[in-house]
Amino acid sequence: MSALTGRPPRREPRSILPWLATPALVVFVGFAVIPLVGVFALSFTTWDGIGAIQPSGLTSWRAVLTDPGLPHALWVTFLVMAVSWAVQTPLSILIGTFLAGRQRYRAVLSVVYFVPVTLSSAAIAIAYKALLDPNFGLGAGLKIQVLSQDWLGRPGLAFGVVVFVVSWQFVPFHSLIYQGGVQQIPKSLYEAAQLDGAGRIRQFFSITLPQLRYTIITSSTLMVVGSLTFFDLIFILTEGGPGDATRVLALDMYKRGFQASLMGPASAMAVILVLVGLALALLLRRLGGRDAGASQLEGA
Amino acid sequence: MALSRRTLLGLAAGVPVSAALAACGSSGPGKSGNGATYWYLNGQPQEGVRAGAVDAFNKARPDERIADTTFQNDAYKTKIKTAIGAGQAPTIIWGWGGGTLRTYAEAGQVEDLTSWFDEHSEVRKRLFPSSFGAATVDGKIYAMPCETVQPIILYYNRKVFDQVGVEPPQSWEDIMALVPRFNAKGIAPFSLGGQSRWTNMMWLEFLFDRIGGPELFQAIVEGEKNAWSHPDAITALTKVQELVEAGGFVKGFSSITADSNADQALLYTGRAAMMLQGAWSYGIQKTDGGDFVPSGALGFMNFPPVEGGKGDPSGAVGNPAQYLSISSKASAEQKKVAKDFFATGVLQDDEVKKWIGNGSVPIRLGTEKLLAASESADFLRFTYDLASKAEVFTQSWDQALSPTAAETLLDNIVKLFQLSVSPEQFARNLNAVTGK
Repeated sequence: MSALTGRPPRREPRSILPWLATPALVVFVGFAVIPLVGVFALSFTTWDGIGAIQPSGLTSWRAVLTDPGLPHALWVTFLVMAVSWAVQTPLSILIGTFLAGRQRYRAVLSVVYFVPVTLSSAAIAIAYKALLDPNFGLGAGLKIQVLSQDWLGRPGLAFGVVVFVVSWQFVPFHSLIYQGGVQQIPKSLYEAAQLDGAGRIRQFFSITLPQLRYTIITSSTLMVVGSLTFFDLIFILTEGGPGDATRVLALDMYKRGFQASLMGPASAMAVILVLVGLALALLLRRLGGRDAGASQLEGA
Repeated sequence: MALSRRTLLGLAAGVPVSAALAACGSSGPGKSGNGATYWYLNGQPQEGVRAGAVDAFNKARPDERIADTTFQNDAYKTKIKTAIGAGQAPTIIWGWGGGTLRTYAEAGQVEDLTSWFDEHSEVRKRLFPSSFGAATVDGKIYAMPCETVQPIILYYNRKVFDQVGVEPPQSWEDIMALVPRFNAKGIAPFSLGGQSRWTNMMWLEFLFDRIGGPELFQAIVEGEKNAWSHPDAITALTKVQELVEAGGFVKGFSSITADSNADQALLYTGRAAMMLQGAWSYGIQKTDGGDFVPSGALGFMNFPPVEGGKGDPSGAVGNPAQYLSISSKASAEQKKVAKDFFATGVLQDDEVKKWIGNGSVPIRLGTEKLLAASESADFLRFTYDLASKAEVFTQSWDQALSPTAAETLLDNIVKLFQLSVSPEQFARNLNAVTGK
């Protein structure tokens, strides 16, 4: 009986459903799928961006794959990804958990913490570049020896600065995700733990962290995949330098395509970038466990 | 997870999108419309002079109209390439001539102006003859030289030299001897905006010229095999690394950019003693340096000779002029406006006076009197002589070479200055892109 009465109202939304997806689908096809196919086709050509496009088989691929710059760029990209993940995740979880408390001062702090997210990467990069200038920056201005390093001019330091600035920019965003995650953990779990005599630290490791599992996966996916496309910040801060110490894959691709006018090899690198991104997303999905659908609810 | 995947594809594809859709760029002014369009660089004081010439032309010819748009230097280099590739170029294309102009010409994107210059020989005759070299591709002229000649100059701070009690260098040996003297006083011997890369390149341009003569780089431009491995080239590359090792450049040079004029600030604030920069830097130091230029503390000279070198010590390097081309995709009407602008709007008396007023030498002949009457007469006289008396005026390397070769060059120059490649490796890396 209930099945019969339940059916008619269900049908209507079902028939509309495909149409609701259309706008998203059109945008997705227009701005992701078609360009992707175009880039894939361009990677088998020689083109300087100005003259005629000439098919050239595997020349571009050979040039990219035999260039020692590629493994280096991949390595730098991976390093930025791994180090910035390792720095951001614990910080974001701690700050997020702290901000999840109901006290008023925490609410005020969470607004303050959120400020970096509202700034554009370009503005952040320009500000940091000025602050870190070895001759006219913060260190030189305040005459603090420790601060007047050649921050962006030495490979190791420049890499550290990039990771720091990236974290400074994105930790607030991820804290916000974790804040939401923590606030969704049922209170009863903590009450039960308290009755069992668990302290704050024990509660954090035994309840908060396990409950945040899906939130961690969501946030990590955003971090890892996002770090593949770090471009604006690094471009303005170091231009990939000194030398090629901070030249990530996206930057290498831009330089090849738009500065060296080698659109073929740049397209080949774009394809590599997409493949790496897909592989990483799949990997993270696997790590998320079988019940992937549930993660969306918890990680929202 | 569905969200993340879509985000991923969006993100991963987002960057290539710009590459593939560049051809559909929508921000460039289209070909339609009655007037001509003209893009050039912003930044004062040059921007004002350029805008003034356009305004004067528009006023003098009410029936013709040029709409101008300005761009920042580095952004422009990318923007103009993309726009030309997409068929969205402005009618009048501002540029540096040389290798980039060659790629435009070979792709048929710019008008051949040879016959126009034959018909309008009076336009040609009033400009520096040396300025036409970089406008010429395979014997045909594709651009109108304009604006100013910009040789690279060795600037120094006289106050700092007096303070340390030393004289400006007369040879490479002197330079190397000055380095420890300045370092001992906590003053950087040379300022350098190393992150801009072309700043480092100026050192090589001079060392190659002084040690091996202009033929050395000419062989590279002509695509001679292994030209970078010439013993003179290796000597020049080694010398520059010796200077880096000796602490010749300001601390942190590889993170200083020239676009922000920080390298020039180091010189006029007395934190650095010397600097190799273009002639345009004079105007910047005059504007930003307060009392520095008016008090006569700014010294300037040509790059000194290197002991045993084959090059002529009067040889100059830099930008022989700036260049205006006409897009071949423009309408006949637009092309006519552009050509009228070339004939009656470029380097007219008023513009010439303005260039001289902000301390540069326009490429128009017969301006000696105006130069002598200017408040920067000493500097202008020096630049005029340097540019007009130089036996050879080598064009800046990154402009002379193709964009592809220039990018490899700039990349390797940074590594050379960081001592992360040896002179021999540097030569090998570049032989691979410039040799035929």
